[in-house]
Formats: sequence, structure tokens, C-alpha cells
Amino acid sequence: MTGDPGLQPERTRLAWRRSLLALTVVTVLSVRLALTGDAAGAVLAGAAVAGWAATLALCWGRAIGSGPVRATSRTMPAIALAAAGQAALGVLLILR
Amino acid sequence: MPGTKRIIDVVWATVRRWFDPRELRSVGSTPDYRFSLANERTFLAWLRTGLALVAGGLAAAQFLPPLPLAHLREAIAVALLLLGGTVAVRAVDHWARTERAIRLGEELPASRFPAVLALAVGLGSVLLVVAVLVRAIGSR
Repeated sequence: MTGDPGLQPERTRLAWRRSLLALTVVTVLSVRLALTGDAAGAVLAGAAVAGWAATLALCWGRAIGSGPVRATSRTMPAIALAAAGQAALGVLLILR
Repeated sequence: MPGTKRIIDVVWATVRRWFDPRELRSVGSTPDYRFSLANERTFLAWLRTGLALVAGGLAAAQFLPPLPLAHLREAIAVALLLLGGTVAVRAVDHWARTERAIRLGEELPASRFPAVLALAVGLGSVLLVVAVLVRAIGSR
């Protein structure tokens, strides 16, 4: 579309990249906290990585700008639930 | 209990609305895509706020030395994690309500949440500063 000096689609793509990067950092911290040498820790670390990978796969289109300009609403609840899931996992890891 | 069932129904309907693009698109008229993208970026900014709180909680749990007060380190970490998770989930809800309001041409939903979050973070910081000062003065 011409007459869009705000570069809105590009800014939105970059916002998605920042957000996925932030989710990646949180996942690394979760995995580090989970890996304490026992089997349960390894399973929880695997769950954290699986959730991260699934979210990345689902939101990748928004980050590289393939697909429709307007978001389908599934990407947003998915990444929010991924963030909340990491928080819940962190609480579980601290309390165990 | 009928009250509990009602709450579960409302929560379930809300969560379903977040994941179902058809219901959101069925109301009002489709706005200029730039408004939708701005709403999406606002959501992402809130999400990163939540992720920063979660990262802070995870970092506190594994990088802080054990604090003199029993379980203070764990309490700080759990509080940050719960706050971060709440911020993330609330961000989706606010995004969905804002999108609906834009489509219907209504006022954007007002929210006390940013003020409450700011007060909670500020109050937590003040409490920790007091704890550090009390300890510094006490150990002299």
C-alpha cells in the first residue's frame, strides 16, 4: 500500500522478532533452572524447549511477514500462553 | 456449585474467543489494517513486559545468593513469575477487547491494570530497599 509512511507492517514484523527473541531468552533461563541432573528436570527442560519450538513455528510467519498483513488471532494467544507457561514452569521448578 | 460453574463458563468463553478469529471478525466493520497492526504491537510490547518480569524471576531464582531472610529469594522469584504470567495473559484479553472496540467504533477499553502494575512494582522495590538498608545498618 502506498501512502504508509509509518512502515507499519515492517514495525510489526520487528516487534514480533523482538518478542520471539525475548521468549527464547526466557526459555534458556528455564532450561538452565530445570537441568539439575535428575530425570524430572530433564523432562521439564524438554517441555520448555517443546513449548518454545511450537510457539516459534506458529509465529514465524508474523516475524518474517509471510501470510496476510492482518494477524489471524491464534498467534497472539499462543505466544501469551507460552509466556504464562514459562512462568508456571518456573514456579514449579522453584517449589519442587 | 452454580456460581463456580458460571465462572468456569465465562472463563472458557473468553479463552475460546481469544483463539477464534471468526467471532472477533463477525462484529462491526474491518478497520484500516494500520489500526489492527498498532493494536498488535501494543500487545507485543505488553507481552515483552511480561517476559521481562518472568526472566527477572528466573534470574533471581538461579543467580541470587541465598538471602539472609529465609526463602526471600524464592518469594521474590515466585512473585515476579506470577506477575509476568498475569501481564501476558491480561495482554491477550486487552488486545481482544481493543480490537472489538475498534471494529465497533466504540471507546477503547479503559484499564486500571497499568497503574496497579506500576504500584506493585514500585512497592516491591521500596520494600526491598528498606530490607537492604535495615540489614546494612544492622550489620555495622
